[in-house]
Amino acid sequence: MGKVLEMTGKTVEEAVNSALEELGADRESVDVEVIDEGAKGLFGIGSKSAKVRVTLIESQTEDGVQFLSSVFEKMKVEVDIDKIEDEESIQLKVTGRDSGIIIGRRGETLDALQYLTSLVVNRKNENYKRVTIDIENYRKKREETLIKLAERLAERVIKYRRNVSLEPMNPYERRIIHSTLQNNDYVETYSVGEDPNRKVVITLRQGGGRK
Amino acid sequence: MKELLETIARSLVDYPDEVRVNEVESDKTIILELSVAKEDMGKVIGKQGRIAKAIRTVIKAAAIKENVRVVVEIVQ
Repeated sequence: MGKVLEMTGKTVEEAVNSALEELGADRESVDVEVIDEGAKGLFGIGSKSAKVRVTLIESQTEDGVQFLSSVFEKMKVEVDIDKIEDEESIQLKVTGRDSGIIIGRRGETLDALQYLTSLVVNRKNENYKRVTIDIENYRKKREETLIKLAERLAERVIKYRRNVSLEPMNPYERRIIHSTLQNNDYVETYSVGEDPNRKVVITLRQGGGRK
Repeated sequence: MKELLETIARSLVDYPDEVRVNEVESDKTIILELSVAKEDMGKVIGKQGRIAKAIRTVIKAAAIKENVRVVVEIVQ
């Protein structure tokens, strides 16, 4: 059973809107029951407030959005959260001014928020959903940066015939490096070390290149 | 800061009513002592402390924003 809220307002619409604001939800994620239509009255005489009962529909996505928005509220950062969901995954897209603070060094804070949100979303559900959070397109931009970096370092390995190890990265980022270079004819990649210091090494392909 | 920690912890545990955060100020550092129901300890610590680490990372970000030093301790 989701959160229920009763709200009054001049009109039904006003009452619903203030309930949504209070719940931090959007129109699609609630059921609205009109308790009292309200009445305009004449010159303010005989006017009556509208009253609605708004029920938050419980869903894994809603749990995630609720959690994230309450965390942002307590952190005093003003952001908007958009959601895209399908059967297996939930993507939350965050936009707003304070994005630097919630990304953190090398995306550290963003990853922590994503992990915690994923725990909340999958807490009582057998139906596992993968949660990704992106802030101001950080992940997309980071991916492009990593692809360029991998290609540049691969050239260096080929030119100087020496291994290059990258800075420590999380599994997701390491995978980007591995997959960027997996079809490279001259270099190959592997990871060394233990998380959180695990890093990718680029080395010359054995046998000096494949056909 | 205290409220942020409470919000996060309550969302992770099975017994949110038993989440307590005690705030201790010393010099320029705020120590937040988090306690949860015995059964919920794993839910705020996680395997190899992974959850505790994520919680600390988020609190740290909030602390940087407010220009304070915050330490999160999980107590029995």
